[in-house]
Amino acid sequence: MKRKAGGILLSYRLAVASRCLAALLGGYLLASMASVCITLLVPMTPVDATLTGMMLSFVFYLLAFIWCFACRTATRAWLGVLLPSLALALINGLAYWMKNP
Amino acid sequence: MKEGFRQAMAWLHTWTGLLFGWLLFAIFLTGTLSYFKDEITHWSQPEVQRHQLDPAASLGLAKRYLQSNAATAGSWFIRLPSDREPALSVSWRDPNATGRRGFISHELDARSGERVEVRDSRGGDFFYRFHFQLQMPHPWGRWLATFCALIMLLGLVTGIITHKKIFKEFFTFRPGKGQRSWLDGHNAIGVLVLPFHLMISYSSLLLFMYMVMPASIMAAYKGDSDSYFSELFGRDDAPKAAGVAAPLTDLPALYAKVQTIVPGARIGYLQIANPGDSNAQVTVTQAAADHVAYQRSANWTFDGVSGALLSQGEPESAAMMTSFTIAGLHMGNFAGPWLRWLYFVFGVAGTAVIGTGLVMWLGKRQLKHAKSGRLPFELRLVEVLNIASMSGLLLGVAGFFWANRLLPVGMQGRADWEINVFFLAWALSPLHALLRPGRKAWGEQLALGALAFAGLPLLNALVTGHGLDQSIARGDWAMAGFDLTALGTGLFLAWAAGKMLRTPNVQAKRAPRAAKAASTTAEVN
Repeated sequence: MKRKAGGILLSYRLAVASRCLAALLGGYLLASMASVCITLLVPMTPVDATLTGMMLSFVFYLLAFIWCFACRTATRAWLGVLLPSLALALINGLAYWMKNP
Repeated sequence: MKEGFRQAMAWLHTWTGLLFGWLLFAIFLTGTLSYFKDEITHWSQPEVQRHQLDPAASLGLAKRYLQSNAATAGSWFIRLPSDREPALSVSWRDPNATGRRGFISHELDARSGERVEVRDSRGGDFFYRFHFQLQMPHPWGRWLATFCALIMLLGLVTGIITHKKIFKEFFTFRPGKGQRSWLDGHNAIGVLVLPFHLMISYSSLLLFMYMVMPASIMAAYKGDSDSYFSELFGRDDAPKAAGVAAPLTDLPALYAKVQTIVPGARIGYLQIANPGDSNAQVTVTQAAADHVAYQRSANWTFDGVSGALLSQGEPESAAMMTSFTIAGLHMGNFAGPWLRWLYFVFGVAGTAVIGTGLVMWLGKRQLKHAKSGRLPFELRLVEVLNIASMSGLLLGVAGFFWANRLLPVGMQGRADWEINVFFLAWALSPLHALLRPGRKAWGEQLALGALAFAGLPLLNALVTGHGLDQSIARGDWAMAGFDLTALGTGLFLAWAAGKMLRTPNVQAKRAPRAAKAASTTAEVN
């Protein structure tokens, strides 16, 4: 963002790197979990459910990216992608177990 | 990121745009060329003559050729000529070979049925493949290209958020004002073509989603992607050969049968399993140009001896049609000449949005150093990469086409050398840019590009009998259109080179004031 006369603080750079990783990896995890969740929960044939889940997953990836750079701190960026991923993972685990006992 | 949502999005737009802009520029430019893939291939292999289309006659010719050249092959593949693709193409699997090497493909003249000896060239297919594989080993190019598509989509969304007065500013264009004009141009083109941009970036994600986002397939099919694909595209089980000889059914009669099922259907290709055997089967597939979406139902399987209709492809579900339609809009197979040109223009506009963005990033930061005239290392690096990614790529494309006309026809590895020339020309561009000051480097490379593109029609006329005078007289508009587009590109590059080489520059002085006056969007840093 704004360049200070003495250059940018190392902590700022690390925070940006951390946000990038949160967006890239955390965002991918969130998108994958969301796509699985849609696939397992929508009342469709497996192939349609799979298509729908995959098609919508990118919306979640995009939102995760925006969140990771819009929130106030890098820690919040990570929490914002990991907590929903965890919640979705729990739902997915339950749904998968009910379908394949 | 402390400053608020819109500033944070502007920051994200700026930096993802810079880091991925160079690659996205190449992806967009080669993708734009790919809308004329067949036409570029036609120009690259001028040995193939264009004839009036006669599908039934072509099928008879293909059958005759395959029977005398591939009688023992286990399967045949016939692709009919189309409005865009003049050659009749036949291929088969060599029964004595194994693996991919055993696949033999010949191009036939659509009127005589004789094999045409074409020069070894990848033609439009090279740009098409580069567009999504980036000449990288499988599957890394596809991953990277798909990730670039996500970044492009992100760039669009963050761009929309950044420019809140998007529609008001759309009607604002202030030419001749340096940095201000670049921003106006970037916004105007970006907004004008926004629906296309959104469609093209989202659809590119869907094209390889089975690869980049496979979690759903793992969950629904327990990781068995083969059963996912066979449910998606329909099963395709060829029967075993019976070992009893039986004459192959009349292929033109099958064409007529398809015409009674779907009147006016254009046929893309035929697959013939076990030709000459009593268990022969012929699958006729409708041309992709007939639908926006890929349609798995648009094929018919016939008994290869009696010619009786055995089955039709399964119908699509709503989710399939959605996905296939989005993918089909990306590929534009359905587009006729006018719509195809519109696709091309939109593609050029997308390329221009990326290019103007890159130029603006640097231009804004250069202002601080306008007095000393010396750029710090990182800005100089961006300058060199800008030049290489834009004018350098154009030189590479021109180099490919010059190589196509100048390399000896009988040369070993000829098609590979065309590609080598493409990358050599591209690689020389940053070297030249390192040695010359920025504006001069731009101007000189654009001027060379202007000569190279404008010279292509002349070169074509000199070394082949397919110059503009010939192609227009024959009504070969793919050939003539290529030459005219090259000429137009040359003229445009000459204009751009003239701007760069003319002595600068009142703009450098005026630009800071213009930038200050326009504080509404100045946060795009």
